[in-house]
Amino acid sequence: MNEDAKVVVIPCSGIGKAIGRVTRTAAYKVIEENPTTARTLCLALLTVGDEGAGKLVSDAPCIAIDGCPNQCSAKNILASKGKLLAEVMVTDVLRRNKGLRPQGVIELNEDGQKLASLVAREVAEKMNGTVK
Amino acid sequence: MKLALPTREVGIISCSGEEIPGGTIALVATRLVLEKLRPDKTVTLCLPLFLAGDKNERDFAKVFPTITVDGCEKRCAQIATSNLSGKPAYSIVVTDVAKRHPEVVLKSRDRLTEAEMKIAEEVAEEVAAKVDEILKKRSTGRGEKLLE
Repeated sequence: MNEDAKVVVIPCSGIGKAIGRVTRTAAYKVIEENPTTARTLCLALLTVGDEGAGKLVSDAPCIAIDGCPNQCSAKNILASKGKLLAEVMVTDVLRRNKGLRPQGVIELNEDGQKLASLVAREVAEKMNGTVK
Repeated sequence: MKLALPTREVGIISCSGEEIPGGTIALVATRLVLEKLRPDKTVTLCLPLFLAGDKNERDFAKVFPTITVDGCEKRCAQIATSNLSGKPAYSIVVTDVAKRHPEVVLKSRDRLTEAEMKIAEEVAEEVAAKVDEILKKRSTGRGEKLLE
């Protein structure tokens, strides 16, 4: 599949909390498991208004992975006139899996890795309806 | 009336670029400064909050002297901070530090290798030294920001 036709999975990568790191790890899991249909993009490029990044998100379907209600990924995609196909909120997934205690930003603990896998599964499910 | 702004903390802003190994090194280096090297002297803000957040977030670089940590030459953290908040006091680029170690190929985007982690530590040490320098200048009155 052409790079421009892949679903663009963009995590917030929030630096303040473990759930920010969960978004990032989840995005990498999706890409690793779906290398021909998914890719990522530096969210910071959208924040600075990079032309190429803006074109990519307006041409290809995007899935935002956000760690908190600030919704940095979804909002930056929309501000760049991107095609936001779906947003997955880590806090929603965590609410449904209350036993998990994700910790660590430099390195996620085991619960953080498990949560990232659950988030990645949700992202993949949302992709499945659109990518053949 | 003039209000003296906080001088005890420096804001560290990482690009955290997802597409490139340098982005992960920038993120890890920033956290090393925040958690281990200068935990009482540094704060951070998620870079995309400059767009997604409100005035408080955009005033970040007006309140705190900032150091930006970028993963590549595109310098997104430096540009976003300059354009949307205020001019950083210092900027560092991971790939510039990595050039001192041509034997290391940056390739990991999630878990860093031992060699990549060493580069993150070197970036963090450089940032921590700049934090000390900035705070020293501020404590002696040089470079202190005043808000009208």
